[in-house]
Amino acid sequence: MFLQIKQLNKHFATQTGTLVVLKDIDMTIAQGEFICAVGASGSGKSTLLRQIAGLDSPTTGEVRIDGKRVTGPGPDRGMVFQHYTLFPWMTVQANTEFGLKLQGVPKRQRREQASYYLNVVGLSQFAQALPKELSGGMKQRVAIARALASEPKVLLMDEPFGALDIHTKESMHEFMIDLWQRTGITVFMITHDVEEAVFLANRIYALGARPGTVRKEIEVKLPDRSHTIKRHAIFHDYRDELMDLLRRHGQEAALAVA
Amino acid sequence: MNQSSDPRSIQSLIKPKSIRPTVFWRLAEDIPRPLNTTLMVSSIAVPLLLWWLVTTFGTIDPKFLPSPAQVMEAFGRLWSTRELLKDTVASLWRVGVGFLLAATFSIPIGVLMGSFPSIRALLEPVFGLMRYMPAPAFIPLLILYLGIGEAPKITLIFIGVFFFNSLMVMDTVKFVPKDLIEATYMLGGNRWEALTQVIVPHVLPGILDACRINLAAAWQLVIVSELIAATEGLGRRISVAGRFLKTDEIFVGLIVIGIIGLSFDLLFQYLLRVSCKWASQKR
Ligand SMILES: Nc1ncnc2c1ncn2[C@@H]1O[C@H](COP(=O)(O)OP(=O)(O)OP(=O)(O)O)[C@@H](O)[C@H]1O
Ligand SMILES: [Mg+2]
Repeated sequence: MFLQIKQLNKHFATQTGTLVVLKDIDMTIAQGEFICAVGASGSGKSTLLRQIAGLDSPTTGEVRIDGKRVTGPGPDRGMVFQHYTLFPWMTVQANTEFGLKLQGVPKRQRREQASYYLNVVGLSQFAQALPKELSGGMKQRVAIARALASEPKVLLMDEPFGALDIHTKESMHEFMIDLWQRTGITVFMITHDVEEAVFLANRIYALGARPGTVRKEIEVKLPDRSHTIKRHAIFHDYRDELMDLLRRHGQEAALAVA
Repeated sequence: MNQSSDPRSIQSLIKPKSIRPTVFWRLAEDIPRPLNTTLMVSSIAVPLLLWWLVTTFGTIDPKFLPSPAQVMEAFGRLWSTRELLKDTVASLWRVGVGFLLAATFSIPIGVLMGSFPSIRALLEPVFGLMRYMPAPAFIPLLILYLGIGEAPKITLIFIGVFFFNSLMVMDTVKFVPKDLIEATYMLGGNRWEALTQVIVPHVLPGILDACRINLAAAWQLVIVSELIAATEGLGRRISVAGRFLKTDEIFVGLIVIGIIGLSFDLLFQYLLRVSCKWASQKR
């Protein structure tokens, strides 16, 4: 299997004792899949993604990519963060090239590659703009182009569209589907938005909170991925199933705290 | 508890309030350009005018407060004998050397302190302590160690700028978002590249600002250092003029010091604007 998370546990030491954030997480992801992990706020989604990214190391268990154990961050995983992380002094073009520059790609090739992916995200005409001149959705598209430019094995996304309004979000969803179908890239995306997950993912991990666990794995089989699908009963069934899962476990967690 | 259950009672307690439109009292908003210019010009012109009025129509002894005309005259006198130029050059040279040396060391050290908790732990306590020792208090020691030439004066400026600037640069580095550094790692950068290609450009505006503020401190210290032992310099000019009750020359010295200081400030602001367009407040 391509991306494997085996018996992953993550604890944090806090003033009030040990906080178990992730408990016995097991995930297996094949190449070319679009995975969404859905969970309530505070269920450890960002923490999970940081373990995959190698920005943090699990207390026990491991993450493997292509059979190799993840021990630190690296450009084989493209990351789109929950918050905007464009470099504010670099133009959109320079931001997109930056990863390639760090990896020693000569100027001409990295310029071409970055231009290609800026075109993919539809921002060619903003190549010379500074990040502060862009809207939120445009910033995240540049962040996606920047991550894709290094041609990573997997694209990791942490609620990338969480801050966007519904219409911008929708067009980003269509953009993601199109990108995924064209490039065949493996995507692991985190979200708390159930509809977003159903629309985008071919497989969903529903996470329970406190501690974060995999509650259920749902295969999503939609007849197509146009935005009209959101009106179909099959879409609603998936959505409702997920909502129930998250709601029920949310209540359990609330009871456990009380 | 009871009050909140009756919405009308709370309504009766709320005082009606509205924000009236204003030009002068705009809070964190731009004011019209003409008004801005007028206010800025009067900021200099009004005190000048008052000075002129008081000295022309009042009965103040010019030994106590010379008139603007007398100060201009003294300026012409000192300028024509080239003394003023010599003094200015001497002071500028001391500030230039002392400040550049301090900046050369404090900027990299401050960046390292801000970036690496280990280096911060090693240096912050001693720098924090040194910062609270006023640089002029070192003068006796400096004279003892270095004599009365240029060395103690430049060292005084160095001491006065170095510790403050290191700590201020360190603080600007702390504000670099961790996300940006992690994004650099995810893009294939190592720690060195994150330091040189992300942290440094990100803190450049902060560094320029710290230098701007500490250059003002350096300018004060050069005057102090020249009050002790110097044959030339603007500070020396003022103390000599004071000894001979040449109040007009004291004013010349003060005004020249002020204008040079302000010019440096404006130069730094300009540098900040042209080099760091991305950091400007306005969108
Ligand atoms: N470095 C840390 N030290 C201590 N506790 C932490 C740390 N990082 C995260 N946590 C805790 O782990 C839990 C999960 O945090 P995480 O950021 O992963 O949630 P999330 O699912 O991403 O939430 P959101 O949807 O709001 O982004 C939270 O209770 C948080 O307080
Ligand atoms: Mg999160």
